[in-house]
Amino acid sequence: MAAPAAGADVATLEELLLQMWRIRAFETRAMQLFEEKLIRGSVHPYIGMEAVAVGACAALGPQDYITSTHRGHGHCIAKGLELRLMMAEILGREAGYCRGKGGSMHITAMDHNMLGADAIVAGSTAIAVGAAHGLRLKGEDGVVLCFFGDGASNQGLLHEAANLAAVLDAPVVYVCENNQWAISTPVATATRISDIADRAAGYGFPGVVADGNDVLEMREVTAEAVARARAGEGPTLIEAKSYRITPHSAATQTDLRDPAELDEWRARDPILRFARRLADDGTPASRLEELEAQAKAEVDAAVEWALESPRPEPGQEIEDVYAPSEWTAPGRLS
Amino acid sequence: MDSAREALLSERELTMSEALNEALHEEMRRDEKVLVIGEDIAGMGGLFQVTAGLLEQFGARRVIDSPISEAGIAGAGVGAAIVGCRPVVELQISDFVTLTMDQVVNHAAKWRYMSGGRVSVPFVIRGPISNGIGMAAQHSQSLEAWFVHAPGLIVAMPSTPYDAKGLLKSAIREPNPVVFLEKRLLYSRRGPVPAEEYTVPIGVADVKRAGRDATVVAYAQGVHLALQAARQLARDEVEVEVIDVRTLKPLDLETIAESVRRTGRLVVVSEGARAGGFASEVVARVVDEAWDALRTAPVRVTAKDTPIPYAAALEREVLPQVEDVLAGIKEVLEEVHA
Repeated sequence: MAAPAAGADVATLEELLLQMWRIRAFETRAMQLFEEKLIRGSVHPYIGMEAVAVGACAALGPQDYITSTHRGHGHCIAKGLELRLMMAEILGREAGYCRGKGGSMHITAMDHNMLGADAIVAGSTAIAVGAAHGLRLKGEDGVVLCFFGDGASNQGLLHEAANLAAVLDAPVVYVCENNQWAISTPVATATRISDIADRAAGYGFPGVVADGNDVLEMREVTAEAVARARAGEGPTLIEAKSYRITPHSAATQTDLRDPAELDEWRARDPILRFARRLADDGTPASRLEELEAQAKAEVDAAVEWALESPRPEPGQEIEDVYAPSEWTAPGRLS
Repeated sequence: MDSAREALLSERELTMSEALNEALHEEMRRDEKVLVIGEDIAGMGGLFQVTAGLLEQFGARRVIDSPISEAGIAGAGVGAAIVGCRPVVELQISDFVTLTMDQVVNHAAKWRYMSGGRVSVPFVIRGPISNGIGMAAQHSQSLEAWFVHAPGLIVAMPSTPYDAKGLLKSAIREPNPVVFLEKRLLYSRRGPVPAEEYTVPIGVADVKRAGRDATVVAYAQGVHLALQAARQLARDEVEVEVIDVRTLKPLDLETIAESVRRTGRLVVVSEGARAGGFASEVVARVVDEAWDALRTAPVRVTAKDTPIPYAAALEREVLPQVEDVLAGIKEVLEEVHA
């Protein structure tokens, strides 16, 4: 486990733990709400992977952006999105981030530099390149961090996108969340290499393997990659080794995994591990319990608020297909 | 019509590729957030010179020679658009849009809707339809109907240099994603283009020839086939109205329906395949809107439902020709409701 950064104050470390607890609590409630049939479609929980997003996003500045995936709630929370607006979206409410049109897999929040969650596996890997190049064209120094999974690493688009990012020296940080399983397909049967980070060599930029269950290590390797990108030195691929503790999704609970394997990874739970670390460094148990309770309370409040917020009205389904345009004849694009 | 008439009065003539090139130059000058990306577009100026001279004017950050990665550059275009740039993605040949379908249909078209209207995607993807010259099945398709079928997209297909320039300028300024398809054989065709600034609005058809006896709705190459047919029929005092839709989505149904109400007869010309094609869409829309006015069954003049063959004698059979349009018009003129 990486050492805490020099001068890291207790509040910063506690915030990392709190963020991870928020994700855990949020996903746990979301799964319950799905079981209660209050959430439609599905929910792809981020449980077990919290350190990846929280560590990576902790290395970003306010000018930086992220793209996300179908398993995106953790990324959103780590980027600072509001729990109640996320929950409202997942519950299909008008107050949600996407007015109830996106749902669990498409949360987008431009006011938080969250470019969107993309439910096409690897779909946003090229979007990240164009967004990064576009920011540079606009004279901004933002970096785009693109999350994708081990499953996405075998999509053709990633090859095109990573190569394009390389030749443009685009300020992109690729974070491959290797959670070991693509629904029922273990990573070892989907690729002959043991480290997806090795693929970076084929594009001429660095590939780094990180312990995705170590929030401080994630923060550290991401900070290096962000600094490289911001300095104009191009992309980095970070492979975060982690594990999804829960089934693929609330709607797809068939699980072929060996229970012993799950136990092995539960023993490396990123939240409990970091809490132990803080305890060893002197954080009292009561404070750790307080943080966990705070996260749960915040999520409960978000759920309560979202459930009380209104549903979209029929008629809104035809809104937002097109942006209003002065270049198109009036009335044609409604 | 007024703007087209003005153009006819102007002395200057350009080819369609020159007109498109001028549109890009003007829009890149007007807005420094406009960028172009594609294969061989910078140093070479594009296979058909549509992007010629841009690199020298605007530099390699805004005029990007890309690797051969159609999906990658389409996706990069979407990304640049959602952070507020105005990318123009060139497909060297428009058939390669198949490689970008996920980025165009699942991303460009939907990003705004999925965000509840909180993101705009000012994205243009353009390229030539290279049929009619023996480029065979993977370089000759007219796939426009696919994009009309994806809510969120705008689809433009100009027939003249004037419209090409004005529509491309509008497309670049549009806050919505535009699929802009050009007919390669029309690139070298000349036409009046005023030197003064103008745009052609999206969603407005242009009556390229007025007539009382039958309405022919067309776009791109179909307009030229229809105009040739109309000129021939005029010798026999048959006056055909030729409507160039210019944008397939959104469609200016008002202009079409108004014409059909006068003529009572409709022919639609499209170089796309027949089944599920845009000609079928126009017929359906007119039936919805102006059924009472139709005196005879509408006729579609389209490509055959085959891939585009290589040999000239075969390609000619598959693509609609002037005589097919003439036959279509004669059919609606002769046929009478039982």
